[in-house]
Amino acid sequence: MKGKSILKFSLLPLHLIIILIAFLWVLPSVGLFITSFRTSADVAASGWWTIFEHPFNFTVYTLANYREVITKIGIGRAFLNTLFITIPSTIIPILIASFAAYAFAWMEFPGRRFFFILLVALLIVPLQMTLIPILRIFNQLGLAGTLPGIWFAHAGYGLPLVIYLLYNFISGLPSELFDSSSIDGATPFQIFFKMVLPLSLPALASVTIFQFLWVWNDLLVALVYLGGTPDVAPLTVSISALVGSYGQDWELLTAAAFVSMFLPLVLFLGLQRYFVKGILAGSVKG
Amino acid sequence: MRTNKITPWLYILPAVSILFFFLVYPSLKTIYISFFNYSSEEFIGLENFLYCFTNQVMLNSFRNNALWVVVFVPLTVFIGLIVAVLIDRVKYESMVKSIIFMPMAISFVGAGVIWKFVYAYRPATTAQTGILNALLSTFKLKPLPWLIMRPWLNNLCLIIVGVWIWTGFCMVVLSASYKGIPREILEAARVDGANEFRIFWKIILPLMKPTIAVVSTTMIINVLKVFDIVYVMTNGNFNTEVIANRMYKEMFLFRNYGRASAIAVILLVLIIPMIVINIQRFREQEAIR
Repeated sequence: MKGKSILKFSLLPLHLIIILIAFLWVLPSVGLFITSFRTSADVAASGWWTIFEHPFNFTVYTLANYREVITKIGIGRAFLNTLFITIPSTIIPILIASFAAYAFAWMEFPGRRFFFILLVALLIVPLQMTLIPILRIFNQLGLAGTLPGIWFAHAGYGLPLVIYLLYNFISGLPSELFDSSSIDGATPFQIFFKMVLPLSLPALASVTIFQFLWVWNDLLVALVYLGGTPDVAPLTVSISALVGSYGQDWELLTAAAFVSMFLPLVLFLGLQRYFVKGILAGSVKG
Repeated sequence: MRTNKITPWLYILPAVSILFFFLVYPSLKTIYISFFNYSSEEFIGLENFLYCFTNQVMLNSFRNNALWVVVFVPLTVFIGLIVAVLIDRVKYESMVKSIIFMPMAISFVGAGVIWKFVYAYRPATTAQTGILNALLSTFKLKPLPWLIMRPWLNNLCLIIVGVWIWTGFCMVVLSASYKGIPREILEAARVDGANEFRIFWKIILPLMKPTIAVVSTTMIINVLKVFDIVYVMTNGNFNTEVIANRMYKEMFLFRNYGRASAIAVILLVLIIPMIVINIQRFREQEAIR
């Protein structure tokens, strides 16, 4: 009994450190969230933490900031643009990568090792190395500022990691699966479609959430290939422009930022398990 | 698995052609045009590189990136490690982990807005709405314009945003590695009378070393490529420029494709050691398989 109480007492600093870190981490986001629901007069007059002086006075909150950024400042449009960019930019590379990962994992062909080592190298080639030549080609082909252009650019940039993660998973499937299926006369495509893909669902979920978040949150690629035109610009581009033009209107900036964070946060909280698995597969092994 | 000669190529051809078109070919092309003038019409040898290593703004951006490496990498890895080891002992582990990990889900642009608000500055005569300056004024201190305090304080302020975002990544990876250490080893040391600090230094740290190395290299790569945070929060003004921002400006503001390419090549050269480490690690792993 005595030992236990000593242990508990010694755990107090531990709890304090952990809670302090968690508090510091969450505080900035809380400020953003609260500010996005305050009136512009309140935001200019006092800090967001002053609402805790009257925590149950709900009359001070407003949705006006969200109405304004979504309808008047173009964040609604930017949200849709982000969706139109992100969904194909997620599906295309995963489709292409799952075929490639399957071949790399279970088929023999000359150059297999060479191509795979190239892939591992491409994992970290900075995409800055590719921007100028691709932008020039896009300009010639009329793809700059269009959605298909950025879909394939994101597919290209996402492929190395997606193939790599799927390869790690698919190559770990038991080899009997492939031997016995071959003996039963199943073609490679049937094995792929009926066994490998269904068995790889957890890994596919991981790479989907990865690629989705990466594209959703991307600024540089959109900035370079789409530019700032409102009919294609995604949230990241629009909001960074707002930071320049509405620099002091915190109630608007915070509302716009929260619109951009909402979907990623829901996905993250719902699928955190797969997100973590993807990170672990990509970094500990890689 | 047995296949005919053509089948594997059908499976990898779409991937390989996209990779060649979007990564391999343009990278080689960028190296090529880094030896040409702004419009890529005239060969000028190493002039662009010479510019990068003599121009004061470029030198500043190298210095700032170095500062990012020196501050950001140890901080993310250290806090990540501490949290990973400590948090294993409390019941609310998953909640705290989610909180620290959450910034990974949002964009750097969103994080930039969040933190610009934290650093918000108004003249001392009005109420401070940024939490940091409000904190200063409760201690009767003068508010600081954090993001224009060049060159150290504002750069550190940007680096903290990066730490806030990436520590969760380090924590998750290091925590998985920590949980992989057999509990019997730690228990045995405790029974032998070793205190927690000794256990940490003599057992936990050596066992986690490979993972710490992986996480650190990942962080170094991130830091060399850092762009969004600086673009959103200061746009490189007040001496906060970093390499990737310089490249973007040379490309879009000054339309100097030669210099922009040279900067990209320098970035690649800085990252090449990491690529080599990655390939080596991959080979070792294949050898075990």
